[in-house]
Amino acid sequence: MKLSTLALTLTSLAGLIIGICGSGPSEADAKPVSYKLPNQTATFKPGPNMEVVQNNCTSCHSADYVQTQPRGPKFKEVFWRAEVTKMIKVYGAPIDEAVVDKIVDYLTQTY
Amino acid sequence: MIDRRNLIKHSGAAIAALGTGMTSPSLRAFAATAALPFDNGERPLVKYPQKRPMISLTSRPPQLETPFSVFNANVITPNDAFFVRYHLADVPLNIDPDAFSVGIQGKVDKPIKLSLADIKKMPAVDIVAVNQCSGNSRGFFNPRVAGGQLGNGAMGNARWRGVPLKAVLDRAGVQPGARQVTFNGMDGPVTDKTPDFVKALDIDHARDGEVMLAYSMNGADLPVLNGFPLRLVVPGYYGTYWVKHLNEITVIDNVFDGFWMKTAYRIPDNDCNCVEPGTAPKATIPINRFKVRSFITSVADGAKLKAGAQTTLKGIAFDGGKGIKDVAVSTDGGKTWARASLGKDLGKYSFREWQMRVRLAAGAHELKVRATSNGGETQPMEPLWNGAGYLRNVVETVRVRAA
Repeated sequence: MKLSTLALTLTSLAGLIIGICGSGPSEADAKPVSYKLPNQTATFKPGPNMEVVQNNCTSCHSADYVQTQPRGPKFKEVFWRAEVTKMIKVYGAPIDEAVVDKIVDYLTQTY
Repeated sequence: MIDRRNLIKHSGAAIAALGTGMTSPSLRAFAATAALPFDNGERPLVKYPQKRPMISLTSRPPQLETPFSVFNANVITPNDAFFVRYHLADVPLNIDPDAFSVGIQGKVDKPIKLSLADIKKMPAVDIVAVNQCSGNSRGFFNPRVAGGQLGNGAMGNARWRGVPLKAVLDRAGVQPGARQVTFNGMDGPVTDKTPDFVKALDIDHARDGEVMLAYSMNGADLPVLNGFPLRLVVPGYYGTYWVKHLNEITVIDNVFDGFWMKTAYRIPDNDCNCVEPGTAPKATIPINRFKVRSFITSVADGAKLKAGAQTTLKGIAFDGGKGIKDVAVSTDGGKTWARASLGKDLGKYSFREWQMRVRLAAGAHELKVRATSNGGETQPMEPLWNGAGYLRNVVETVRVRAA
């Protein structure tokens, strides 16, 4: 359950190519399935400390998690600080205390 | 509320809309984008294996929304159009169904592991049931709330085939004092510090004979992103309970206190499960059954219709398991209502189709649809609010012009 997605992706590239797209109505027992997710396309918008955000956020989620959040005056510093705090406190994101302000600043200024 | 219809735009505009936040080499991969009708609602349409182009909310982990036109085309949502929702990025991509097994453990007489073949040998049951995300339609909340900004496409209706959870629990023998059953799947977090996605049902619910371990969806194996090779089906309940890639079932003698039950997926503990916008509830309970909903699927918001001509309005309705008693349609913004005729009954957990013939005079019209369940539950005219953006079920409005 803890294998990295990267490793899985490499495995699927290396072999185990089984045509799952063409699998029709269920046979009694299916063959091993190797699924390839499309390449990620969303990227963080340019802004101050974008690399910090890239390094600290993307192992768990893609940039579109940020990009698609509501916008406007109510979704600025307080909102983004709460989100970053939740990622650390609730989801255990290994983010160094020293870069939290940089991440919050980037998100507040860029989105 | 402005309707949910996602307009599909082609190349030029689409690529312009994608300009921010997308890398240039990937642009070629998208034929179009969808524009969900709320601020910041532009989404790429992305083609995944086993799926048609779907509205992409996020890519890691994948979250895909069904284009709304699919719901007009068929009362059963095709597998390749069925929505996808993951919480954690370690999604199982290499799965050998012959090596797969699900363990039943905890407060049982005899812990067992059942292979997929074992499960397929047991007497099978079929049920047509809607699965819907707790946060379906979150993007329409006003004031807006954090979370996945979904339109109305995080729902689908399928014919599930599998075995009752009860039969599987009986094989292991539930011990006296059992209170809940927890469910874990092969998907997980990328760090040990992130709470694994585990859900729980009360023991009586788990043994009601309807909750199912499904290995087939609409006559085919489950698509990988819908939980291959086995998922929990909890008819009438929000999708958060429908654990995918299900491989661990644990009977416990207490109330499960894992993050995804105790902290997440909670709703206000009051009659409307709602609070004044912007406020927090005094007490909460785990989200549970669907609120009754209905949609017009045949006419998009902003459509132009022929004045004086007969037009057939068509759509779907569903609820948390009592079944749909009645669907009413208004063509004058809710002043007067007429009863729609209901389509074939595929079971109390299914979408129920409805239709009604109307003639619209020249001018602007607000079409509304409101369903009532056999339990007497109906939809509110004004949206109810909660801070997590769950349970949306306001009477939907489609604005059209006849000329």
